[in-house]
Amino acid sequence: MTDTFQLDGASVPFEPGQTVLQAALAAGRYIPHLCYHPEFKPHGSCKLCTVKVNGRTTSACTMPAEAEIDVESNIEELNALRRTLLQMLFVEGNHFCPSCEASGNCQLQATAYELQVMTPRFNEFYPDRPLDASHPDILLDFNRCILCELCVRASSEVDGKNVFALAGRGITKHLIVNAESGLLKDTDIALSDKAMQVCPVGVILKKGVGFSVPIGARRYDQRPVGAQALDDAPRPADASASCDACEGTS
Amino acid sequence: MLRELQERFGHIPREAVSRLAQKLSVPRARVESVASFYSFLHLKPHGEYRVLFSDNITDRMLGSQALMDQLCQQLWLQPGKVSEDGLVSIDSTSCTGMCDQGPALLVNGRAITRLTHQRVQEIAQLIRNRTPMGDWPADFFHVEDNIRRSDTLLGSTLALGEVLRAAFALGEQNVVESIKASGLRGRGGAGFPTGSKWEACRNAQGAERYVVCNADEGEPGTFKDRVLLTRQADLVFEGMTLCALAVGASKGFLYLRGEYRYLLEPLQAVLQRRRASNLLGANILGRHGFDFDIDIHLGAGAYICGEESALIESLEGKRGVPRNRPPFPVTHGYLQQPTAVDNVETFCQAALAVHMGAEKFRSIGTAKSSGTKIISVSGDCPRPGIYEYPFGVSVREILRDCGAANTRAVQISGPSGVCVPESEFDRRLGFEDLPTAGAFMVFDDSRDMFEVARNYVHFFAHESCGFCTPCRVGTALLKKTMDKIAAGLGTQYDLGEVENLDRVLQTSSHCGLGRTACNPVLHTLKHFRPAYENRLKSLEFKPAFDLDGALARARQMTGRDDAGAHLRPENP
Repeated sequence: MTDTFQLDGASVPFEPGQTVLQAALAAGRYIPHLCYHPEFKPHGSCKLCTVKVNGRTTSACTMPAEAEIDVESNIEELNALRRTLLQMLFVEGNHFCPSCEASGNCQLQATAYELQVMTPRFNEFYPDRPLDASHPDILLDFNRCILCELCVRASSEVDGKNVFALAGRGITKHLIVNAESGLLKDTDIALSDKAMQVCPVGVILKKGVGFSVPIGARRYDQRPVGAQALDDAPRPADASASCDACEGTS
Repeated sequence: MLRELQERFGHIPREAVSRLAQKLSVPRARVESVASFYSFLHLKPHGEYRVLFSDNITDRMLGSQALMDQLCQQLWLQPGKVSEDGLVSIDSTSCTGMCDQGPALLVNGRAITRLTHQRVQEIAQLIRNRTPMGDWPADFFHVEDNIRRSDTLLGSTLALGEVLRAAFALGEQNVVESIKASGLRGRGGAGFPTGSKWEACRNAQGAERYVVCNADEGEPGTFKDRVLLTRQADLVFEGMTLCALAVGASKGFLYLRGEYRYLLEPLQAVLQRRRASNLLGANILGRHGFDFDIDIHLGAGAYICGEESALIESLEGKRGVPRNRPPFPVTHGYLQQPTAVDNVETFCQAALAVHMGAEKFRSIGTAKSSGTKIISVSGDCPRPGIYEYPFGVSVREILRDCGAANTRAVQISGPSGVCVPESEFDRRLGFEDLPTAGAFMVFDDSRDMFEVARNYVHFFAHESCGFCTPCRVGTALLKKTMDKIAAGLGTQYDLGEVENLDRVLQTSSHCGLGRTACNPVLHTLKHFRPAYENRLKSLEFKPAFDLDGALARARQMTGRDDAGAHLRPENP
């Protein structure tokens, strides 16, 4: 018999070694997140998955699941916190959804819709982040980077290449590429790399296919992020848990 | 290695990053990523002379800004920019730990204290003449210890090896018990019971064990470790060796903050002497199988590396980003092995506790805070410096001893600590009430507590590692809001936003830096709300955007400044 913990009053089973977020997703319960990806080791930087475990706040993606703990997630206090964090991510970069190639496929945008973020609230930072269009097949638009490090992790752990890294500190932290020139064309990135597929926003773009899928027919236009995340989560074969997020949508 | 490159070239050139990466067989981007994290490592040229003014509030109170302006004027350059001939650059940096003899600055990493207009003029002259640093007057680099009150620690005159011999007599398995019985708690601020930490490290599974001394004394207003490493270096190393004996480690590190670069050679000489006396090395003091040695690792300007897991990352040659905890360093520390990380003063106190015995140690101080505590006093008082008291001393007693008059408030334990107003001066230092890492900054009634808080907020924004969203963006937002209020554009709404940001930082930050970054504002708001409200433009909402101000650049470009080039004020 597997152990369980309580998530918003419901019982969630877990395997040893799973974190709270992994177990919740596998059981069909969505906790908002951005820097977590089922194929990579969680590192807990975006803080969107912040939950209360026995009354103390912590990141669900890095918190090891334990039997009988009481986890609160879908409560107004935490959703308000998540809205503020999303607003922070929006004002920190330059995000113009209407003209963005990633609109509809963007996890940041979709999560903001899910949590009903209505305004940027804070003054925009308008950072100066030049594009890198040096590579013949790939465009980097750093304006949209939310520093989740998924491309860094994908390139090093899956592709074995280390094309990306983060540099700088604090609010000046930024994405760099592995080349003395600082340009993507001088790296060994390839279109088939895992790093090409993991960007949750619109930084790493394939050239020549812009808007080939029309807005309205994109990933999060079909199903909200909460439902998509559950589809993507590794599940036990016999999973029959119900999905709140899907039931609420048509 | 990055530091060596920098000492050779003055900065770390692009090609050198590539070469180093190749030599180490790591990706180039990873080397760049590490180098760009630290304030004292530069990927661009920063001039033959790199001048950094310490920007703690205590330096400012002593007139550091005017001195910086003076030096900029005399050398014909703007702060933050390299002079056109590549000779010099001038900028500010976080507190350099010389608050008792400020204003202070660093020239190419060397500390110069007690700045005056006269001294700044001489510095300008030396730089203009390209005088090598070795030929600058030795008096410039003199650092006073300023010990004003000694007790068991600063007054200690133990002979070399005396503590270790006492530990041998006690039996090494009893050292941990003795430390636990002494009630010793960490002196770095968090106050974790030292004995329990050592016990957990000793009992953890691992092939190797490590002892790390945290001398990355970065909390603004703190300089006690500087004095301990100058006066009681042997006791520090003896405490580390004692810890090695207790937990079974054979390797130790002293992580020395980059600002104390000048202490490196003297400390290495002390280590060398201890090796020669068989107090370090193999079979210490003839005890078979007791092998231990210590390396010194120099930091490179990052406050966050004072957090123990960030410090370990930095020791491993990475960016100083705090780890996810658990697991804690006592089980998964340096190279994922059990590691005991303690503050400089903690190692000294542990040595004393074993030497004098747990019972006697416990009789000093208060019930829950045994032993003495070293306080770094700075700010508005005639006798700034180092004071050692048994725990339980009141704020008022310290103020009396340092001669402070007309005191408005004291900031205890630095920006992340507590602001104590006059009405609470009878509160006592200790884990029961006011825990402290040692900083004690005094502000008299001529000081504006809003500016104090704003200085601290800038500090946190500068030192945030940028790993997690709330701290990276939140501290930057907080800084903007405080600057908006300072510019006379603040409203009640902004005060509310400050409180809201604080909630976000406290509940969701990755580490203690973010969780405490709002403390200075919250505490000063609580006790000195008028200092904020006097600056508010209106009690209604007011945008930060200044329409007329935005036209300033256009006016400059067109050379116009007549009435028609200005927007008319709304309420003439």
